[in-house]
Amino acid sequence: MKKTKINEAHYILKAKMVEFCGWDMPIQYSGVNTEHMAVRTTGGIFDVSHMGEIWFRGKDALKTVQYLTSNDAAKLVPGKIQYTALLTENGCFVDDLLVYMMSENEYLLVVNAANIEKDFQWMKKNTAPFAVQIENRSEEYAQIAVQGPVSEKLLSEFTDYDLSTISYYHFAMARVSGLEAIVSRTGYTGEDGFEIYFRADAAAASKLFLALAEKGEKYDALPAGLGARDTLRLEAKMALYGNDIDDSHTVLEADLGWILKLNKEPFIGRDVLARQKAEGIRRKLVGFEMLDKRIARHGYPVYVQGKEFATVTSGTFVPFLKKPIGLAYLPVENAAIDSEFEIGIRDRRVAAKVVKTPFYTKK
Amino acid sequence: MELEKLLFTKEHEWVRLEGDSAMVGITDYAQHELGDVVYVELPAPGKELKKGDPSANIESVKAVSDVFAPLSGTIGAVNPKLAANPELVNQEPYGDGFLFTMKIKQADEVKELLDHKKYEEYLRGIAGE
Repeated sequence: MKKTKINEAHYILKAKMVEFCGWDMPIQYSGVNTEHMAVRTTGGIFDVSHMGEIWFRGKDALKTVQYLTSNDAAKLVPGKIQYTALLTENGCFVDDLLVYMMSENEYLLVVNAANIEKDFQWMKKNTAPFAVQIENRSEEYAQIAVQGPVSEKLLSEFTDYDLSTISYYHFAMARVSGLEAIVSRTGYTGEDGFEIYFRADAAAASKLFLALAEKGEKYDALPAGLGARDTLRLEAKMALYGNDIDDSHTVLEADLGWILKLNKEPFIGRDVLARQKAEGIRRKLVGFEMLDKRIARHGYPVYVQGKEFATVTSGTFVPFLKKPIGLAYLPVENAAIDSEFEIGIRDRRVAAKVVKTPFYTKK
Repeated sequence: MELEKLLFTKEHEWVRLEGDSAMVGITDYAQHELGDVVYVELPAPGKELKKGDPSANIESVKAVSDVFAPLSGTIGAVNPKLAANPELVNQEPYGDGFLFTMKIKQADEVKELLDHKKYEEYLRGIAGE
């Protein structure tokens, strides 16, 4: 099993560890509910070093990013970040990712842990004629996410950089605990927060994580694991690759039309998506709430007007809103807000209704 | 509740005997493994169950788990407090967080349950794996 550079810290903090995509990762420290609520009300500290860092360098770096991804990377300026998607010829997802513009000829693409190798090969294969060097440097980087209302104050204890000058979806190069780092105002929880990328050995990486956890006590911030990461991201309706988005659903069907810019130069998947946009989609990813307290989970069957249509892509009980919610693909004609449908939970069919998303929005 | 008076299954249910009736819940170990309990689906009173049949479902934030009938019998009463306060399963697994009572059908099945000491040994075995 692969270990992040922060692995030792999790054992010191007595986290409950699980295997996640081949990595030995903390699922929880003090409990999913507690950690979830801490991120919503104070703060949480996550080891997200399993994410992948792929660098594009060279004269054609922008051209390459434009050809590979659906959003318009020409809108970026150095220090700005964009959420986008790597698409197949069919307009479906190879992955979703963040693009950091480092400089005119240099971009950092942050991809999902489970997809690093697949993405890297896809990127190399599909951009062979471009003057670009594509380098997978995921092994070199550790990454920590500090999320929640106290994150700026907490992280300020570790850097001289004025974090208030970094706006949402922007980053800066800053020293954090003496380590040179990329500090971005991004995250996967629906809260304000930062993601810190740095290169260090395991001892230094673990030390920083432990120091953040210790200093966090002053702000009631807690180390948080993958369990809370999943409930938080679902409450904020952030798609999870492998559940909500994958290579069998298009970016339009996934309700992510805002990362699709058909008017930029051609990119992989554009033709299919242009046609789909003109003709209209048949199914759409929606958020739902259960009409009773039963929890619909990933893989449970979804019935629309009595017929099985799909399965729940994500579903759980979310601790802040205190109700069972989830995501599922529905036929567009049955996808309006308040539309009711059913989900098979064990031997029953339980009513659910489509609701507005995100389920939770930061005040 | 005095744990020494309870009997246990290897699936982490506990049983408190009162004549030919049994009160059933899940153990502290089980509630800890499940994490935050958010919903409990209880069987209908009067339902006949064989030992080992699924009897209740416990939903935690993490997962759903079956609770198996520790003995054969008929469901008597179910814990009315769990509908509004499922977290009682975490807070008081051996008390207010009990699940249901059942009328025992085959008294000799009781001998197959573990006493507290044997259950503790069993847990130590799991921890050592």
